[in-house]
Amino acid sequence: MNKTILAVDDSPSLRRMVAFTLTGAGYDVIEAGDGCAALDQARKANVALVLTDQNMPLMDGFTLIEALRAMPAYARTPIVMLTTESSDEMKRRGRAAGATGWMVKPFDPGRLLEVVRKVIG
Amino acid sequence: MSIARQDPPAMDMKQFEGAFLEEAAEHLADLERLLVRIDIAAPENDELDAIFRAAHSLKGGSGMFGFHDMSKLTHNLESLLDKVRKRELPLKLGMIDLLLESSDLLRSQLAQYGGTPGAVVVPIDEICGRIRQWSESGAAGTAAPGLATAADPVALPRTLHIAFPTDEAVEKLLPDLLDQLGQMGTLEVDPPAAAPAGKTKKRGKQPAAPAQRTLRLTTDSSQDIVLTLFDFVMDASQVTIVAAAAPDEVHVAALHNVHVAALHDNGAPLSSAGDENVGYGFFHAIDAPVVATGHAATHSSVQVAAAATAAASAAPGRANERTAAADTSIRVSVEKVDQLINQVGELVITQAMLSQSAARLDPVLHEKLLAGMADLERNTRELQDSVMSIRMLPVAFVFNRFPRLVRDLAAKLGKEVRFVTHGEGTELDKGLIEKISDPLTHLVRNAIDHGIEMPAQRTAAGKAAHGTITLRAGHQGGNIVIHISDDGAGLDRARIIAKARERGIAVADGISDAEVWKLIFAAGFSTAQEVTDISGRGVGMDVVRRNIDGLGGSVEIDSVSGIGMRVTVRLPLTLAIMDGMSVAVGGEVYVLPLASIVESMHVAESQVRSIVGGGLVINVRGEYMPVVSLQQLFVDGSAPCDTASGTMVIVEAEGAKTALMVDELLGQQQVVVKSLDANYRKVHGLSGATIMGDGRVALILDVATLTRGRRARTGAAAVSMH
Repeated sequence: MNKTILAVDDSPSLRRMVAFTLTGAGYDVIEAGDGCAALDQARKANVALVLTDQNMPLMDGFTLIEALRAMPAYARTPIVMLTTESSDEMKRRGRAAGATGWMVKPFDPGRLLEVVRKVIG
Repeated sequence: MSIARQDPPAMDMKQFEGAFLEEAAEHLADLERLLVRIDIAAPENDELDAIFRAAHSLKGGSGMFGFHDMSKLTHNLESLLDKVRKRELPLKLGMIDLLLESSDLLRSQLAQYGGTPGAVVVPIDEICGRIRQWSESGAAGTAAPGLATAADPVALPRTLHIAFPTDEAVEKLLPDLLDQLGQMGTLEVDPPAAAPAGKTKKRGKQPAAPAQRTLRLTTDSSQDIVLTLFDFVMDASQVTIVAAAAPDEVHVAALHNVHVAALHDNGAPLSSAGDENVGYGFFHAIDAPVVATGHAATHSSVQVAAAATAAASAAPGRANERTAAADTSIRVSVEKVDQLINQVGELVITQAMLSQSAARLDPVLHEKLLAGMADLERNTRELQDSVMSIRMLPVAFVFNRFPRLVRDLAAKLGKEVRFVTHGEGTELDKGLIEKISDPLTHLVRNAIDHGIEMPAQRTAAGKAAHGTITLRAGHQGGNIVIHISDDGAGLDRARIIAKARERGIAVADGISDAEVWKLIFAAGFSTAQEVTDISGRGVGMDVVRRNIDGLGGSVEIDSVSGIGMRVTVRLPLTLAIMDGMSVAVGGEVYVLPLASIVESMHVAESQVRSIVGGGLVINVRGEYMPVVSLQQLFVDGSAPCDTASGTMVIVEAEGAKTALMVDELLGQQQVVVKSLDANYRKVHGLSGATIMGDGRVALILDVATLTRGRRARTGAAAVSMH
């Protein structure tokens, strides 16, 4: 069975790009437009990797990561933050929230695949 | 510098571009709406957040799609807005103006990227500079003591040693970056060098080891600003900047060590298992995915739910609505919807043909079939209604652009105007929404320019200093009605009459107010005492009226001197279905829009007269109007104009009546309009075609062009006979 990746970003075009790239590489992708929707999705599906934006309406990425980490099913699931800022402060907060790693936007499909393969193979 | 896109990241991205451009336009609209509405003195946190997020999303997307100019501009905006959002910088009127100006610029960039013909290349360096000035000037006073201030003790020119890793992607963007750095001061660029040994070892698996680049920049700009520029090209945390008074003493290798040391100062290195150089990294070894950190692991799922609810309830209602809408709607191209509408149109016709045939059957013998036919008819109608509703959009799409327009115009004219809208949710066909925008814009401009008085004048008249313009939309019968009202001075009866007479229009002394107001629809009529660049050029109300007539709608004016004026625009619900009257001419069936028909009659020969230069006019109760023979026009140009046998249909368009001669009136029905332009080609005098219940094609007459062409030839003569 294909591994499922949850792509969380408030930009539909970015989600579509991520979904297109990853489904093309044999992953299943589910999408959410904000942290709250992402939590719903995460509860329903067995997600192997979460890619999440930081700045989103309703619930931001850090809060989402903390909330996911609090769920037993997601305590060990890799979570990669997609972010436009790569400041140390952002990394510190991401790390504190429980993120596995970060990836700077903009990225191209090739780099996205590279990261995903490194994380979940 | 050029706005042209530089090396889009990959071919794969092309297909998402359209979606991004649409999305970006929405973000821009949001941004503008929020900026216009925000209370500068006491902005709400969630409004500031939403504004920031709009800029942030634009930046993310534009970077993604290789729209570097847009990404650069939005990056500057984001930095400024971030400070405003964090309350490090107070919101000021000048800032809003600058932000709105930027949003205009972004809009033209979008047009450029989207390949809109005539879109102009916009330079952004100047505006970026101004945005940076705002961010810097505000931040200087309020920045937290520590990092930022320590890094920038003085604004004196000094030499910054900049080192950063480079690869093919970075090199491509480099000329642009160097160009910008060059503008900040004196720049010296060293040729690329191999990366320090330690770094390459760590990245052993990479096929091409990145090289290192070093620059020296003598400038009075802060390191932060320099870093900001790098942000477009690479992860800014990879860039090392050291300020030095004596450049020669510092070595590139040493710089690198400083960079690494700085990272270690923060505690554990932040990129233990990743490649920071390629824009990502991991906090932990990825083979053993993260075990939840202490405090997070203690959360119970109940708490999570609570957190989620809290976040949701804390968010403003608007955001909720928007996300909800985004989650439950899909974006479909208009062509697909139109195709669906067309197919349903065909289905309706087929159903009508079946009904006609079935009507001849014996109801007792075919009871079940006929019952089925009745069901089919009902279902088809419901299907048609549902499909038509897909094309419906709320008028908010048009209304939303006005607050900005009103704000700009009022400011330009020194007037104070409050803008109120009602019924933005009223739905209108998408085709109408696009076409109604210009006339409405004109009416709103008119209201501000001519209607609302200067504040002093208003106060003197005992009114509030600020005028109010109200846009109200709603349903009335089968129509959409839009009112544009202002509480300004109203129309000036005496001036309109004087102006009309000056232009040679005959005006009776006892003419009613309603008739007077109609005069302003005459071509080239303007009562503005001086022409402003906003309105009053004399092209205006006639164009408004022609546009609205063209949509099958109507315009009315009410005005009370000193109290204000109201323009009422009435529009059909949709352009795709029309009430029509079918008429027979020379064995063919034509359809006339019911809305344009005034009356039909059999004519006595004595009512018709020939006029000099050819053509006929008819006298209807003392009113002369030209006669158009549809037989001559469409069937046989040389056919004699036999007025005695024919029936006349009097139609009115653009305020003028014309008598159309037809063979027979066949009946009234709803027709599904099909475009001739799309299926065949544009034909003068026809606005489209439809398929009748019996399967025959009937042409729909374009009353406006028919009457316009005829009037040009016979109009003058008709007037002289009057």
